Amino acid sequence: MRILLIEDDHHTANYLLKAFAEAGAVTDHVSDGRTGLLQAATGDYDALIIDRMLPGLDGLGIVRTLRASGNQTPVLFLSALGEVDERVEGLRAGGDDYLTKPFAFSELHARLEALLRRGSADGPETRLRVSDLELDLLKRKVTRAGCEIPLQPREFRLLEYLVRHAGQVVTRTMLLEQVWDYHFDPQTNVIDVHISRLRGKIDKGFEAPLLETVRGVGYMIRGE
Amino acid sequence: MNGVRQAVSGLRELRARAGSILRSSTFRVALLYVVLLGGSVVILLGFIYWSTAGYMGRQTAATIEAEIRGLAEQYRRSGLSGLSSLISERVTRDPVGSSVYLLVDDNLGRIVGNLDRWPVGVPDVGDGWLHFRLRERGPDRTEEHAARARVFLLPGGLRLLVGRDVRDLEATRALILEALAWGLAITAGLALLGGWLMSAGVVRRLEAINQTSRDIMAGDLSRRIPLRGSGDDFDQLAASLNQMLDRIEILMAGVRQVSDNIAHDLRTPLTRVRTKLELLRAGLSGCQGAKTIADEAIADADEMLATFNALLRIARIESGGRRAAFARMDLAALMRDLLELYEPLASEKGIRMELHGGEVAWIRADRDLLFQALANLVDNAIKYTPPGGAIGMSVRSLADAVTVQVVDTGPGIPVDSRERVLDRFFRLDDSRSTPGSGLGLSLVKAVLDLHQASIEFADNRPGLIVTVTLGASRT
Repeated sequence: MRILLIEDDHHTANYLLKAFAEAGAVTDHVSDGRTGLLQAATGDYDALIIDRMLPGLDGLGIVRTLRASGNQTPVLFLSALGEVDERVEGLRAGGDDYLTKPFAFSELHARLEALLRRGSADGPETRLRVSDLELDLLKRKVTRAGCEIPLQPREFRLLEYLVRHAGQVVTRTMLLEQVWDYHFDPQTNVIDVHISRLRGKIDKGFEAPLLETVRGVGYMIRGE
Repeated sequence: MNGVRQAVSGLRELRARAGSILRSSTFRVALLYVVLLGGSVVILLGFIYWSTAGYMGRQTAATIEAEIRGLAEQYRRSGLSGLSSLISERVTRDPVGSSVYLLVDDNLGRIVGNLDRWPVGVPDVGDGWLHFRLRERGPDRTEEHAARARVFLLPGGLRLLVGRDVRDLEATRALILEALAWGLAITAGLALLGGWLMSAGVVRRLEAINQTSRDIMAGDLSRRIPLRGSGDDFDQLAASLNQMLDRIEILMAGVRQVSDNIAHDLRTPLTRVRTKLELLRAGLSGCQGAKTIADEAIADADEMLATFNALLRIARIESGGRRAAFARMDLAALMRDLLELYEPLASEKGIRMELHGGEVAWIRADRDLLFQALANLVDNAIKYTPPGGAIGMSVRSLADAVTVQVVDTGPGIPVDSRERVLDRFFRLDDSRSTPGSGLGLSLVKAVLDLHQASIEFADNRPGLIVTVTLGASRT
């Protein structure tokens, strides 16, 4: 995984460089907008992490220019500006995801993996499979080891999202955004109850549990 | 040497004081008053002079003019002899009157008249007005009187001089002038006094405001500008300023309260983090394991971050203007999502949760912010409702408003705390032991204010009824 980090705050940059190195990713770092654009346009990166406010050229400008020139590299915005309209602005400019500072590295990592996975998916799928769990996306049916498991519509969407990102950690905020479609900050871990209900349906009575809790980060469906 | 220096410094001080007096508004306003009033009075007195003394002068001139015209007519009709006899007749009729007649030939030799000769020192100007001194007439010939006369050129080089003794006129004029001068002097004096009094009054009141401002800047925010109670402009200004100061003081107290609370609320998790870091450093993690302790420290840090984020969010929402994400949306659908999201959490606690009411309720809102606000209300309801209780939510579409109610069977909020629960960090004493930052309802309030919506608390006996009223969207 090759990542370009365009970030002018050296503390954040150093921290991310170290963390990505540990996670096994190759990361280049640029601290101003113009050089960043040049590097992003010429280098071959799997993903770009771009700060909104940069000297020279701001993050939105970089992404607009990249998209206008046909560059489709996934972009994740980092910003201290976290309100909804700013997030919308970032996504409209061509960003793929938006993360507000301060953030946990685990959140950033999970989102980045989701972005990379999204980039590689081609064509509409009708069936998803993880070990003996199977989702029929057309009939909205779930079977495990051949037995049908009845799920509520929202539970199906939750499971679908987890399965699409099998093998990756998915954070609670990501689930709220992607499955419930609300950008908000619950005061309690309201998602946990939904997960435990889902777990009760898909894992209960089976030997190998599929749905894992990753402490302090989120959840993961175990991959192949 | 010393004396000189003292004198110099004294002089300098005097000059400085004079400078400050000249610069002071008292002096300037007074000066302006004097100039304006003085100017008006000078114009007024000028008019009085013109219409009294001037009038008398003009009257005299007109009489002389008429008389000379009559005499010229006589001359034209009956020649020199007729004119001479008419003049003689007039002179004899009134030998020492105020009228002056003199007819002279072209060498200024007297022909007839009550003057002995052409007035001394008065040039022969031909046709025109003359001013001269009369000495030759009257019982004692020492008095000198002012006289005014007109000379008229008659055919044949004769000059006819007709005049008036204007001593009375001059005296009256002098009297009037003197009176006017006194009037002007008195006016100037009064203007100076009045101007000083007036401006001193104004400046004293300004100075009171000034002094209070300086005291406040020096740190005494409780000071207020004294009111006179007259209700005039200055009192109104002072009252407005005082109200502004009251508002500022309340805001300052609020800020202080919030920062005190931040300090207080964050000290506990910070202390915990510190303790855990110390444990890790000393390798005293014991049976707990270093990883667990680090996880706990991260959780504490997250809690503090969450508090700061909430504060920042509230501040950003309160600063207003973030209506870019406003769109028309169905509040009933949002409530269904809310129920769907929170129902499992409630039922896990043994609380029944229901949604009643409308199929659709259109409003204009920021979907995410409103969801956040209503989620906070539901979250609180779940947090404070005991197991076995119930939470009822409802949406109702009224004529031009939409109301949302969240009703629980928890302990409710005492009447006297209902205002304050919306304040940042305010927590009821009974709820201090439950987790929470005391910012949830502040965020609700900020979001609802942005939507120009209202929130009310009522008693459900037992429990709390929260009613949120939003404006409906027709289009």
